[in-house]
Amino acid sequence: MEQFEWINQVKKIAQGIRKRTLEHTIKNGGGYLSQACSSAEILATLYTKVMNLGTVENPIKPKPFPGVPGAGNSRYFTGAEFHGARGKEYDRFFLSPAQYALVVYSALIETKRMAEDGLDYFNKDGYSVEMIGAEHSPGMEVTTGSLGQGISQAAGIAFARKRKGETGRIIVFLSDGELQIGQTWEALQAMAFHKLDNMILYIDVNGYQCDGKMTTVMNVEPIEKRLESFGLKALRIDGHNIEAIAQASESKPDGRPLAIVCDTNPTKDMEILCDRAPKFHYVRFANNEEKQKYILFSQDVALG
Amino acid sequence: MIIESKVHAKNLVAWAKEKKEVLVLSADLTSSTEIDTFRESYPERFLSMGIAEQNMLSFAGGLAREGFIPFVHTFAVFIYRRAYDQIAMSVSYPNLPVKMFGFLPGITTPGGVTHQAIEDISVMRSLPNMTILDCGDATDVESVLDVAYFANGPVYIRMLRGEIPRLFDKNEPMKLGVNRTLSQGSDLVILSCGICTEEAMRAIPLLQKKGLSIQHIHVSTLKPFSGKPILDLIARSKYGVITMENHSVTGGLGSIMAEEIAEAGLGKKLYKIGIHGYAHGANKAYLMKEYKIDAMALVEKIEEITKTSFNIQEEDLKKVYIEPVHTISKAEAL
Repeated sequence: MEQFEWINQVKKIAQGIRKRTLEHTIKNGGGYLSQACSSAEILATLYTKVMNLGTVENPIKPKPFPGVPGAGNSRYFTGAEFHGARGKEYDRFFLSPAQYALVVYSALIETKRMAEDGLDYFNKDGYSVEMIGAEHSPGMEVTTGSLGQGISQAAGIAFARKRKGETGRIIVFLSDGELQIGQTWEALQAMAFHKLDNMILYIDVNGYQCDGKMTTVMNVEPIEKRLESFGLKALRIDGHNIEAIAQASESKPDGRPLAIVCDTNPTKDMEILCDRAPKFHYVRFANNEEKQKYILFSQDVALG
Repeated sequence: MIIESKVHAKNLVAWAKEKKEVLVLSADLTSSTEIDTFRESYPERFLSMGIAEQNMLSFAGGLAREGFIPFVHTFAVFIYRRAYDQIAMSVSYPNLPVKMFGFLPGITTPGGVTHQAIEDISVMRSLPNMTILDCGDATDVESVLDVAYFANGPVYIRMLRGEIPRLFDKNEPMKLGVNRTLSQGSDLVILSCGICTEEAMRAIPLLQKKGLSIQHIHVSTLKPFSGKPILDLIARSKYGVITMENHSVTGGLGSIMAEEIAEAGLGKKLYKIGIHGYAHGANKAYLMKEYKIDAMALVEKIEEITKTSFNIQEEDLKKVYIEPVHTISKAEAL
């Protein structure tokens, strides 16, 4: 029975991520909503079942922007404190598409790492909870908004940690759109060449990007075959299946970096989004009428 | 003149021996950037990254975050042109100690337009946190390692390879923000950097014999730029200042000086010797003459400024013997 209990708990957190992101999108008049639909189970499973992170005693209240890093800035901090203390044995999480920041913030609140009112500071002038997060933003420790750079930076950190004998893993969350970028493949070949089997990539394959359906913009399939041919171990799973995500994550390191290709649905549990097809990247309400529809939807639906 | 060979190849191995946190990264130009001896000496500290500079720069940022000091080696163009966004976001913004060794600065390569780094100072100088160093001789090439290592944050170095003259005393290392005063005078201030300093050192003794009083300063720290002492000298000079660089006249030493003079409200004339437009593939001496950044170009510029003919020939310039000089007088620190 216990094994089903954890699944229910993860499910609840995934639902919480969707609900929180929807409510915020309504309040804000726009938001990265389809990203919450597609990645909720992946992030919920990572934060509750997969990642070995330091504990956070009390949910942390987001801080004001500390200024940019530099020799003269002693006030500077990164958003890694939301992942607890740093330690040799602890995993480190890297959000590569920083456009998913809102979803990660929601996940941090649902897992009691960020204060309940954390999203009140989202996009608020002078605060660290930015729309496209940077390294001072909750849950982030490198700057990844320029897509393709997150995986390379994480690979450098993975190489360094391996060299230092640290056992913690490097967990990278990627989007399928990033597979169109040359640097991503440069990073993948380097990860395989340097045998960084302390890295696990979770790729949210929701099949959509800013311009619309990916196969009409620039095809990246077959993803798992491409990854394998680059020297990674690639598994392809249903990205909404919590057990499958957890099970794939337990795959033993064999010298190859592990890529878990997660097929997902950008309108999962939010049928109302289907009207917007194929433009899911950012939801901005066209008028008050549309906003009212979303308000009604948020009140009516239990979200899964 | 003393010519040294493979200075960096030998020096890096000795210098890095006990510095276990220093990792050398190569993008398939290992012997071309003189790090093959390092690779053989410390294979575990040598990272082959392939022809993939964008990943190399972001990857280096990751290594630096974990306490390593990556020494990135490739041709200068493949650092700042190919991987600019990566340098900006993965290295410069987080102020990480990634040290970038850019070989073949300016027109020091017959490789042509694709291999000639003519706007690297201009581009890299726009990045906050970035320190920029330019090497002019063997002493600079040896001592730039300490300067780069101890400088806070990211450093971009215009590096020399192969046969390099020793212009400066071996015991007078490059220092951050400290210019080398090579001659003193009040008619004209000449600021040179990189390989142009040797050219200026050929022309200046002959011009001095003709009665000109010249203040010659070799600049190795282009950013942060130590302007104040130079501005005082320019203010006192009769004709103003000439900048001389193996770089575009846009954005390099000449532009730096223009900003300094304008901001100080100096009202003195600035003459820029540098590269106008793109170059093409040919040997270094030919290109320096063709693009007017050699000793003769300096003589001609000064003739123009002073409205005097000095009757100095190419042969006279070639015959000038340069021995390693002591830097004159007090250090012009930051």
